[in-house]
Amino acid sequence: MEQLKTIGRELAMGSQGGWGQSKEFLDLVKSIGESRSKAEEDRIILREIETLKRRINEPDIPRRKMKEYIIRLVYVEMLGHDASFGHIHAVKMTHDDSLLLKRTGYLAVTLFLNEDHDLIILIVNTIQKDLKSTNYLVVCAALTVVCKLINEETIPAVLPQVVELLAHPKEAVRKKAVMALHRFYQKSPSSVMHIISNFRKKICDNDPGVMGATLCPLFDLITEDASSFKDLVNSFVNILKQVAERRLPKTYDYHQMPAPFIQIRLLKILGLLGGGDKHASEGMYTILGDIFRKSETSSNIGNAVLYECICCVSSIYPNPRLLETSAEITSRFLKSESHNLKYMGIDALGRLLKINPDIAEQHQLAVIDCLEDPDDTLKRKTFGLLYKMTKSTNVEVIVDRMIDYMISINDNHYKTEIASQCVELAEQFAPSNHWFIHIMNKVFEHAGDLVNERVAHNFMRLIAEGFGEEDEGADSQLRSFAVGSYLQIIGEPKLPSLFVQVICWVLGEYGTEDGKQSASYITGKLCDVAEAHPNDDNVKAFAITAIMKLYAFESAAGRKMDMLSECESLIDELSASHSTDLQQRSYELQALLSLDSHTVENLMPFDASCEDIEVDKDLNFLNNYVQLSIENGDRPYIPESERSGMFNIDSFKNQDRQESSAHALRFEAYELPKPVPVKVPSSAAPITDLVPVSESIYSKETATASVIPFTSDLLSNDAGVKLRLEGVQKRWGKPTYSSSSGSPVSTSNTQKTSNGISGIDVADHVISIPRDLSYDSTSKQSAQISEEKQKLAASLFGASSSKSGRRTASSHKNAKGINAHTEKSSVGTKSVPRESTQQSIPPPDLLDFSEETPVSETVSSSAPVGDPFGQLDGLLGPTIVTSTSNLTTDTVKPPDLMALYTDAPILDTTSDFTDPSVTNPNLTDLLASNINSHGEKTETMVKKGPNRQASLEKFSTARQVGVTPSGKNPNLFSDLLS
Amino acid sequence: MIHAVIVMNTEGKLRLSKFYNYKSPEEQPELIRRVYGALCRRPENVSNFVDSADIFGSGTQLVYKHYATLYFVFVFDNSENELAMLDLIQVFVETLDKCFKNVCEVDIVFNFNKMHAILNEIVFGGQVLETSSDEVMRAVEEITRLEKTSTNPISFVPKSVSGRFGR
Repeated sequence: MEQLKTIGRELAMGSQGGWGQSKEFLDLVKSIGESRSKAEEDRIILREIETLKRRINEPDIPRRKMKEYIIRLVYVEMLGHDASFGHIHAVKMTHDDSLLLKRTGYLAVTLFLNEDHDLIILIVNTIQKDLKSTNYLVVCAALTVVCKLINEETIPAVLPQVVELLAHPKEAVRKKAVMALHRFYQKSPSSVMHIISNFRKKICDNDPGVMGATLCPLFDLITEDASSFKDLVNSFVNILKQVAERRLPKTYDYHQMPAPFIQIRLLKILGLLGGGDKHASEGMYTILGDIFRKSETSSNIGNAVLYECICCVSSIYPNPRLLETSAEITSRFLKSESHNLKYMGIDALGRLLKINPDIAEQHQLAVIDCLEDPDDTLKRKTFGLLYKMTKSTNVEVIVDRMIDYMISINDNHYKTEIASQCVELAEQFAPSNHWFIHIMNKVFEHAGDLVNERVAHNFMRLIAEGFGEEDEGADSQLRSFAVGSYLQIIGEPKLPSLFVQVICWVLGEYGTEDGKQSASYITGKLCDVAEAHPNDDNVKAFAITAIMKLYAFESAAGRKMDMLSECESLIDELSASHSTDLQQRSYELQALLSLDSHTVENLMPFDASCEDIEVDKDLNFLNNYVQLSIENGDRPYIPESERSGMFNIDSFKNQDRQESSAHALRFEAYELPKPVPVKVPSSAAPITDLVPVSESIYSKETATASVIPFTSDLLSNDAGVKLRLEGVQKRWGKPTYSSSSGSPVSTSNTQKTSNGISGIDVADHVISIPRDLSYDSTSKQSAQISEEKQKLAASLFGASSSKSGRRTASSHKNAKGINAHTEKSSVGTKSVPRESTQQSIPPPDLLDFSEETPVSETVSSSAPVGDPFGQLDGLLGPTIVTSTSNLTTDTVKPPDLMALYTDAPILDTTSDFTDPSVTNPNLTDLLASNINSHGEKTETMVKKGPNRQASLEKFSTARQVGVTPSGKNPNLFSDLLS
Repeated sequence: MIHAVIVMNTEGKLRLSKFYNYKSPEEQPELIRRVYGALCRRPENVSNFVDSADIFGSGTQLVYKHYATLYFVFVFDNSENELAMLDLIQVFVETLDKCFKNVCEVDIVFNFNKMHAILNEIVFGGQVLETSSDEVMRAVEEITRLEKTSTNPISFVPKSVSGRFGR
């Protein structure tokens, strides 16, 4: 065994390797294949880079050697390492005359460079030359590069030549030229606008391939502007007709379908052109019907065409007959065993729903099956469908499902998406306030870090404003419910920061409203929260403000409240915080504590987060104070516009201009520097100012100024944060007073009129009535379907099935019985998915040999891992079996195999291999013994003999070049298509 | 349009990658790692589609097919048909199979430049160019033949050794 291994190595050393690359390259690939860790791989690559750097700069490298270096560079870069030192050599190689080297160079530059790279300029000239070449392969190679490396600036340099190539005699070149122009259009539409007529002309090209390629740019153009291509509808319909009638050469057939890829493109284009255009659509109905009839349902590609047809039908002006056919096909997709088809079915259903919402109800069980499928992709698609069909009657079930799924996944991207969908649906359709709060809590709890901050602000606003019912009692009930639920949740560890902020705000604002909990209890909880989030300033800010509010309300209500010790320590901690925001809040709290209850009540009125705050912009109430100051000899205020030497940019600009315009010397003395102008006693004044202000003055101010100090920090914060509700465009107060990190004190609202959730339909509480109806009927019919699923189906589709059940039944009668079984009313079809499993097994894909894969896998994996010769046994065995069972060449084949091994060294003429006579017998002996040991198992049938032999051959070659499959991947040699 | 074609083995080792919108060498491994992450989470016998909005931007999808030890992945946007893309993978693999005679992973490891040549005949600048594997083969063979007759003595990509030995 050992001996054989060394023989293999020696062979490999001598030969240039069976794959034409040098030993070094093969070794590189091999060692990377065998590396056990990323670190090891990186080490190998870095060493390789060092070698290449040294070698590639040596003088007079033979060209074929250089080609190999470049291939190695490509390999290195594919593995994610920088090989930019060699890019210039790849560029040089594109200048070579030899087609082989030129193509290698082109391949390398397309992989190395991007369109804005500096080296591109060196290639443009070569490309121009090659586009004019007489060898069409050179032209094709150049066009490939053009697609990848020409940018907006260089397009004009090659555009005329590419346009010329549209008339090239070779269709392959014409095709590529069209596609290159398409790429130009994608990169810079304006640069090719003048040649768009060429695309129109090229649809009439003699070669169907060129016509097919032209459809790609036309699709893009029509997506942009369908109206200017309406005249082509007839042409497209005609082409589609010809394709469907198999007028194209046989070579365009794919799996017995006539040019399916062209059909798909055309259908996509027709879908765009027919959208909302009755006249254009009418021309398409016949051909669409034809395609529905002609398309194979057995092959993958046939279904692709059918699906595309459904998309087209659903986007053009509706035709009842076609829609019915589409619905039938959709239901066939949904009932299919193939996940791919189910996926397409769900997608198609979503499209058809837009036209006829009743269609879903036939497929309710299939949809629910998809929802419970292990396939994540299918599940998500189904959730997308449910999201589209949510109504006030089924919102509870759907959102519950979505939230369960949201909790179960880790993918943050999708979690965010589904969370925002939940919020949106809950806001639109919530049947009750309790349910709404429950759902929002769940969303915040599990995806709090992912949802947009706005969602939280909307939610807080809703709680503050209530749900629009005139009844104040309902609102306070809602708040009390929220407070209760939050006091339970708040103790839980690891809550998302945003959720904790909402909790703090609600507890601060309404914690004591219903009087069930004492303020000190809640304060204690809030202190705990602040303590539990030592690094989260936002949470701390919310907590301390909530505490402040609680104290304020208590004090205003005349109840004396003692400061808890943990609260005191929190205040102390925050007063010394690095965050000025936190500092300020804690000072504010301290200041508030020293005020009398009347002031406090004015300062912090209860449940006033939605009240208007009138801002006295002129600050008239300060007039007395100003007057007093002036009398005391202070400077009067100079308005900004009258000041000179200001520090804003405008003035700098002005100065610049003045200076540039007046270059003359100034002879008068410079003005004395003015002190920094006294600012408006704005809200930015630090809170500490509040304390020393004498009581008398202060109390005068409170009426209006009360809010200002507390919101002062927010003025500087982003004033633009808008808290918007879905559908209700409305903001929190004036933008200047809205908060980002959110001082809830400032969550004021100027408009108190419209309520956020206008979409809530109160009458929708009665969900049970329709459910009962359909539930009963279903259970009578099909005993197989689990009760749970029925319930789910009923609650998802319940309403529609009850009211539309009758409707569909009658409509089906009208439908001239195109399909008899659909007439059995909705109830009948419900049981179909289960029963039809057998009949709808998709016929095996012609080229999908996946069923046979296990055979080859078991063969190779039965061999002891890591021992290549064990594998050889495994591989050899079945080969012999085949040969004997086929009764054809059983005597011939073993020698054949032998020949493989004996031939091998001889074939390698360059080999330094010295003594084949000694080693060959060994090889043959070993193989012979293998054959003997497996010769008896003649009964077992294995079909894929030739394949296995081929892989054996490859295996032997691999051994010769010294590449053995690593122990980790013994299947390296298994055929992909077996 | 097709955004990328990726071939990797079941252990996540990259065998071929082609991005039709430029991605820097720094981005590429990260993208491929995430694609691999998405693929290995998939159980068997499920659909061949994966939403790749989080990897390649919204609206993109990937179709993959698992052959023996390799994943073939096509990334595309909503201007392509999912099932058709699945068949395009089939065309690609069929062509490789014809080209290498029972293609297996080693062929692909050592001939990735030939893979590129084949892929260039199937997908061109992100659009489907040719869907008949016979046509693709014809084009590739023509290139190979011309290259052999061109000035350089060594072949572009030698036929897989099995071919040589089988003769």
